[in-house]
Amino acid sequence: MSCLVIAELENGTPNRPSLAAISASLELESTIDLLVFNPDKIDEIKKIKNVKKIYSFKNKIDNLVAEDLVNCLKQIAANYKYIIAPSGTFSKNFIPRLAANLDLQPVTDIIKIHDKNTFDRPIYAGNAIATVRSHDKTIMLTVRGTAFQPFAQDGGSAEVELLPDLLEGNHSKFINKEITKSERPELSSAKIIVSGGRGVGSKDNFKIIEELADKLNAAIGASRAAVDAGYISNDYQVGQTGKVVAPELYIAVGISGAIQHLAGMKDSKVIVAINKDEDAPIFQVADYGLVGDLFTTIPEITKEI
Amino acid sequence: MKALVAVKRVIDYNVKIRVKQDNSGVEKENVKMSMNPFDEIAVEEAIRLKEKNLIDEIVVVSIGSDNVQETIRSALAMGADRGILVKTDNELEPLAIAKILKYFVEKEESDITILGKQAIDDDYNQTGQILGGLLNYPQATFASKVIKEDNAMLVTREIDGGLETLKINLPCIITTDLRLNEPRYASLPNIMKAKSKPIDIIELKELNLEITNRLEILEVKAPPERGGSVKMLDNYSELIDVLKNKEGIL
Repeated sequence: MSCLVIAELENGTPNRPSLAAISASLELESTIDLLVFNPDKIDEIKKIKNVKKIYSFKNKIDNLVAEDLVNCLKQIAANYKYIIAPSGTFSKNFIPRLAANLDLQPVTDIIKIHDKNTFDRPIYAGNAIATVRSHDKTIMLTVRGTAFQPFAQDGGSAEVELLPDLLEGNHSKFINKEITKSERPELSSAKIIVSGGRGVGSKDNFKIIEELADKLNAAIGASRAAVDAGYISNDYQVGQTGKVVAPELYIAVGISGAIQHLAGMKDSKVIVAINKDEDAPIFQVADYGLVGDLFTTIPEITKEI
Repeated sequence: MKALVAVKRVIDYNVKIRVKQDNSGVEKENVKMSMNPFDEIAVEEAIRLKEKNLIDEIVVVSIGSDNVQETIRSALAMGADRGILVKTDNELEPLAIAKILKYFVEKEESDITILGKQAIDDDYNQTGQILGGLLNYPQATFASKVIKEDNAMLVTREIDGGLETLKINLPCIITTDLRLNEPRYASLPNIMKAKSKPIDIIELKELNLEITNRLEILEVKAPPERGGSVKMLDNYSELIDVLKNKEGIL
């Protein structure tokens, strides 16, 4: 009995949230097994310390649907005491479905481990923290990537077990995917994020945010208000209902600071708020504040940096 | 064709919640309660499918104490046809909720079951997917567009970095994301009309389902405050200066 971590890869190796999930897992068990969907860089992944075994598919798997993935995973997962994945859109889609097959109640989005079966997780958009004890025989967890350090030790030599190709079911078919092409860093792993809110005013005006982000090699974020207003697509949304981020620098531009947005960024190391309304709640969580018109201030900053 | 929509009564979106003094939970006395916003989107989507004559009846299910009837009533006022309240005073977890919903999806022979992707109180984001797994129905989570095509649904879903479209056969489970639609306000005549729409009230124990919570909530605390207070700067040069020289970030 041990611990299976289902990892997401970026350029062939576990991404930052997956490395954080590995750190969390190693607080629970001394060694772990990993499951990955792409064998291309398996020799690199094998070196991660304290990984005993890696399950990988023979060929890289793209565009998998939750139904097929769960049908494959349920046999493997049944042998483990812990099944762990990084929190995110990908795991949210299949972890609960896998749990249904194993009759388990997952604890999602954990931010702290108290002991073998007791965890903290945020509720009410991070406005409260619940300490939860699981009484399940197998404990399924998703780990919030910003709450644990990414695991960075190597020297391991895991064995590899190749899995047969996934069987495709008849009831759910992948049709297509539109990925927004971007040279910018991923929101969840960026060191700097420049985020725009309703104050930005329009889709066109978001260019101001983009220009500053490009100058800083930063990712772009947005508040729910900006997404609702159609300025930018939902995958840029930072907050309770979007992504939870914790970069070294978070620059909030024209964001008032609704509770649900604060929940997604308040763990950032340094927060800068730029807003024309000096009473905006965003200033209560910011380290540095600048009251002013973003349409003049932001281009000036972009020019000066 | 029939749609079943699951709704949850939660503390209203705009209320700033307070953790109870004894750390046993969140204060719910004298606090405004509303339908979970993602569930409103689910109700709206079912109504739009009905307006396109793709489905004939919308059944709304909720689980909780007597006052959950209000939440069901507001879904009826939006345009759902009838309601089911499963009565229990216990706060149930997603696995337990999904087991109850499974019973009604099968009993009602629902073709399209729509749920909000997440409740804004416990933030689990699990019930729809668990329900899909229990029923072994295809699922499309985080939907931003739903189209009927032949005997299947074409669902565009929000994923990391963009959108993905799946084709899922009926019967199916769909969970809603923010941009799927903008829920309507119930008009006064519809609010009046909703008063005469039927709500079946069923005690949970009458269903004879084996349901136990697996998680024990030991305590609920307020989150740690962010240390220090904001330093207001006079102009952008000062800002660049502190970020470069004090914080060493730029």
